[in-house]
Amino acid sequence: MAIIGNPKYEARINHHLAKYETKRSAVMPLLYIAQEEYGWVNPEGIDEVAQILNLDPTQVKSIAGFYTMYSEKPKGKYWLHVCTDLPCALQGADEFYAWLKEELGIAEGGISEDGMFTVEHVMCLAACDKAPMLQCNFRYVENLDQDKMRALLAKWRQEAAQPVAAAAGE
Amino acid sequence: MHILLRGRDIANFKELATYEKHDGFAGLKNALAMSPAEVIDVVKASGLRGRGGAGFPTGVKWSFIPQHEPVKYVTVNADESETGTFKDREIMEENPYQLIEGSLICAYAIQAKAVYIYLRGEFWDIGDQLDACIEALREKNLVGENILGSGYDCEVYTHLGAGAYICGEESALLNSLEGYLGQPRVRPPFPAQKGGGLYKEATVVNNVETLANVPYIMREGADAFKAIGTEQSAGPKIYCVSGHVKRPGNYELPMGATFRELLYEHAGGPLHEDRAFKAMLPSGGSGPIVPLTDEVLDTPMSYEHCAEIGTIIGSASIIIMDESVDMTWVASKVTKFFAHESCGKCTPCREGTYWLDKVIDRILDGRGTADDVQRIADVAENMAGTTLCALGDFAANPIIHTIRHFPDDFAQHVQA
Ligand SMILES: Cc1cc2nc3c(=O)[nH]c(=O)nc-3n(C[C@H](O)[C@H](O)[C@H](O)COP(=O)(O)O)c2cc1C
Ligand code: SF4
Ligand code: FES
Repeated sequence: MAIIGNPKYEARINHHLAKYETKRSAVMPLLYIAQEEYGWVNPEGIDEVAQILNLDPTQVKSIAGFYTMYSEKPKGKYWLHVCTDLPCALQGADEFYAWLKEELGIAEGGISEDGMFTVEHVMCLAACDKAPMLQCNFRYVENLDQDKMRALLAKWRQEAAQPVAAAAGE
Repeated sequence: MHILLRGRDIANFKELATYEKHDGFAGLKNALAMSPAEVIDVVKASGLRGRGGAGFPTGVKWSFIPQHEPVKYVTVNADESETGTFKDREIMEENPYQLIEGSLICAYAIQAKAVYIYLRGEFWDIGDQLDACIEALREKNLVGENILGSGYDCEVYTHLGAGAYICGEESALLNSLEGYLGQPRVRPPFPAQKGGGLYKEATVVNNVETLANVPYIMREGADAFKAIGTEQSAGPKIYCVSGHVKRPGNYELPMGATFRELLYEHAGGPLHEDRAFKAMLPSGGSGPIVPLTDEVLDTPMSYEHCAEIGTIIGSASIIIMDESVDMTWVASKVTKFFAHESCGKCTPCREGTYWLDKVIDRILDGRGTADDVQRIADVAENMAGTTLCALGDFAANPIIHTIRHFPDDFAQHVQA
């Protein structure tokens, strides 16, 4: 679908447009909405955001490119950001991240064969006392080890295998 | 008893009814009964200094705002992205109303039209929670028009960043909020001046923890606040402890408590009994590293005492490393952070951080020479002070100070 004219986003888009002095200020929240709709910030999403804000698509694209939380390519359903910055690394985060990539059989930034997972390492996420940790689709998952991680991966795979139930629970 | 982490003492403190029952908004009510200038005087007299890193006196910052300007803003810096920092997150998760109350007091003191809370993008859930708090306050006439019948109007909004450390730098934050690339601005004009702030209007930018202190000051008075801490460092502080200690976490203690008290009494001492403490980064990746000697351990955690031992307390992101840690690896980790986070606007920072990262990798791989070590020290020295924002200086610190204090850790990797 699209984000323009999509009843799912109408109220949120209007809320963001009303919040700021200029339309341009709404570019970041609108890019999140585009990413939510398309799974990544694709050219259609960029064009729509530009249209809503009366901006040039190249301007919107440069904003999207500046920030790491907008993905400029397709990614897995579960986007995992593992912190490997210094405090987490002092608690074994580098080893944890290496293990996780192996467990999923993917390299940094890749998508697992089933389309489920993308993993990337990131800088400090303000959870340094709970390492190893990650964010999954921008939600915190903390105090991890290999066993807990395996259980979580299984849970997410199961959730994805029951799309109807998952949608109903939303 | 905590002043900032009150959510630890009182159950359900993040609910409005509980917050109100425990003196919530008493500080704001006192402020509304005063003139804006009087509020600024109280905050000045309290000695409160900015908790975002630089330690600038908060009341003085507010007094820079030209009162005659019709439109002014408050921007709350909730970008919290410095390596090792996780205090603002706990304040906002467990004590959100205190932050909003402090922001409203600041807004009243400078007669701001609105408050924007700039959250790092990963604080998605915190943004939702704060939005709900703001709506609850609107119901109670604590946000919006004619707040508590005072005739003063103020809106409060949240804004999510999207993963860029540089947006914690105040002028980059303002650019990001306006929908431009999150890169620092040339100053002057400064944010507090017309032309330099949000939408070119005079703007106060304060850290979350800074503003969370303000309700206490307005409720209990400047003297009560000044009675906590040291002569030049008033009030309580949240210390974020991470790395090789038994109990990493946030600890709220007065400014001026010693590192020893924090690390042994509260954080439980060394993680591994058989390994001694080796080094400490007291202000995350951006401040100078120090060897964890007895002298350092007995130093009070204040702006003035940390300067005496050649470092800063900054945002108090205290990263502890024991004797198993190679400081060349630490320099590499921290340099990778800055190389990744350099916004690319000025050449010494962009090229310098990139190049430093490559050479340290070479040294760590055993392909470096003693000359390489000297060269990275020189490059770092030359980078400091030549850049548009302080990130350039931050990036020089890990190199300069690890080499200065731990030369053997570098020497072991290189041939002479
Ligand atoms: C590269 C860089 C990153 C910064 N990141 C933050 C941050 O994440 N949070 C913060 O409060 N201040 C940060 N600061 C400091 C702000 O520029 C500013 O000094 C601060 O928000 C002022 O608030 P305060 O006076 O209450 O400390 C950063 C500064 C620089 C140079
Ligand atoms: S010093 Fe670095 S981060 Fe700061 S403006 Fe220059 S390039 Fe950007
Ligand atoms: S270093 Fe990983 S969350 Fe801070």
